[in-house]
Amino acid sequence: MIETIDLVKRYGDHTVLKGITTEIRDGEQVAIIGPSGSGKSTFLRCLNCMEDATSGSIIFDGVDIADMSVDINLHRRHMGMVFQQFNLFNNKTVLQNIMLAPVTVAMSDRRKIRREAFFVRLANLFRRNKKPVPDYGKTPAQIKEEARANALRLLAKIGLTEKADVYPSTLSGGQKQRIAIIRALAMNPKVMLFDEPTSALDPEMVGEVLSVIRELAEENMTMVIVTHEMGFAREVASRVLFMDDGLITADGTPEEIFGNTENERLRSFLSKVL
Amino acid sequence: MEDFALKWAGFWEKFAVGEAWKRVLGVGLVNTLVIALSGLLIGIVIGTLIAAVKVMPKYKRLPRALDRLCTLYVGFFRGTPIVVQLLIAYYILWPLLGFYADSLYTCIIVFGLNSGAYVSEIMRGGILSVDPGQMEAGRALGLSYGVTMLKIIVPQAVKNILPTLGNELIALVKDTSVVSFVACVDLYKTFTEIGNRSYEYMIPYLFMALMYIVIVALITLLIRFVERRLRKSDRNH
Ligand SMILES: Nc1ncnc2c1ncn2[C@@H]1O[C@H](COP(=O)(O)OP(=O)(O)O)[C@@H](O)[C@H]1O
Ligand SMILES: [Mg+2]
Repeated sequence: MIETIDLVKRYGDHTVLKGITTEIRDGEQVAIIGPSGSGKSTFLRCLNCMEDATSGSIIFDGVDIADMSVDINLHRRHMGMVFQQFNLFNNKTVLQNIMLAPVTVAMSDRRKIRREAFFVRLANLFRRNKKPVPDYGKTPAQIKEEARANALRLLAKIGLTEKADVYPSTLSGGQKQRIAIIRALAMNPKVMLFDEPTSALDPEMVGEVLSVIRELAEENMTMVIVTHEMGFAREVASRVLFMDDGLITADGTPEEIFGNTENERLRSFLSKVL
Repeated sequence: MEDFALKWAGFWEKFAVGEAWKRVLGVGLVNTLVIALSGLLIGIVIGTLIAAVKVMPKYKRLPRALDRLCTLYVGFFRGTPIVVQLLIAYYILWPLLGFYADSLYTCIIVFGLNSGAYVSEIMRGGILSVDPGQMEAGRALGLSYGVTMLKIIVPQAVKNILPTLGNELIALVKDTSVVSFVACVDLYKTFTEIGNRSYEYMIPYLFMALMYIVIVALITLLIRFVERRLRKSDRNH
């Protein structure tokens, strides 16, 4: 699904990622653990090019998205991202938050088809063998209605239907983060990236967010989670990466990572957090 | 005091009985408000565009070129008095370009361009005051920089800077008092016309000052009202 080859990220003369080669496979739930400052967030943010890699490749769906000439927006549609600070759109209601991207993207695709159709029609005026005019697909009303129905279905799934029309400022942290998750899901992503999704939450709200992520994992959603919740990583992840000083220094099943490991740094890290 | 009463009577004679008020309100006041308001609207559009360029990431060549262009633009419009800009447009630019523009349109265009330079600075501050996480969230969903800017960042920025925009409107209203330099009839011009009839300017100009004060006070009230509404909507939602 996502493959990084010798991924390097530098800020000035500070090298944060020192050449990471790994692969996130289809259907895997990968947890990334490691001391703070080790480059976990940076690595995750490179996966969907929120940070541009200094060198190396990121192959997503067979395309090197680290190449600056690809249209990154097209690829990001298929990668959901959830932030520590939720980042719901403050000027939109919950429902609008969820619908915005699906509607905008579908409408812009539709405009593209209309443009093509216009030129086909124009060319057809001079052609003997008329080419078929591309179909516009759904009407704007249909696009919106579908996005709305999907948004409401997702809201119902996390039990927040009654919050559809409120603004984010009235929600609790846990509610915000659950909505941020389904906002990403509304785009039908192939992979979900979580950057410490529960670190900004009050302890009593951590559980509700983790259970939404757990459910996703059970549906076999491919995901990468940077987390400090070791218990959760152990339970949900199919694979755990340990990052230390810009490199992945341990990579294995939860049993291998949390069991008796040879890796001195990993052992000392685990002894501190467990 | 007797003198003042006499002057007042003379003014009132022309203003009320001689129906000069029709021109003051119907032409002078209308033009003043039209120039200030359309100037602000155009200014908001131009200012938003400039501000968007200013905050754009600058790795590529095009944003950098645009940025330099905007710096020149803002430098020119903030670096010269608006009267000079009006004169340049009306007496130099239009004749050079070979088209005739009515003086009211000239004023609207120049005030819009001028206000764009000031609003761009206000708007830049407004955009920078929006949490960067908002842009990240939009981009992560696959929305383009432009769409995220337009639908997410700018609306929040505008809300943050609405009071400051109100101050810009007040400044514009006061600045319009120079438009008679390019033969546009505003409040100042209509009161001067009244004075010209008897070479008696004291009361007309006092009355004019009063009218400016009232307009500014009304705009201030409007800003307060909008601010209160916004604060309330923050709490309710
Ligand atoms: N935008 C940035 N500019 C400069 N340095 C950065 C930036 N983002 C992160 N860093 C540095 O990169 C290192 C790794 O950061 P990060 O990926 O956030 O670590 P983690 O998520 O593992 O705590 C840190 O030393 C941090 O200071
Ligand atoms: Mg981090």
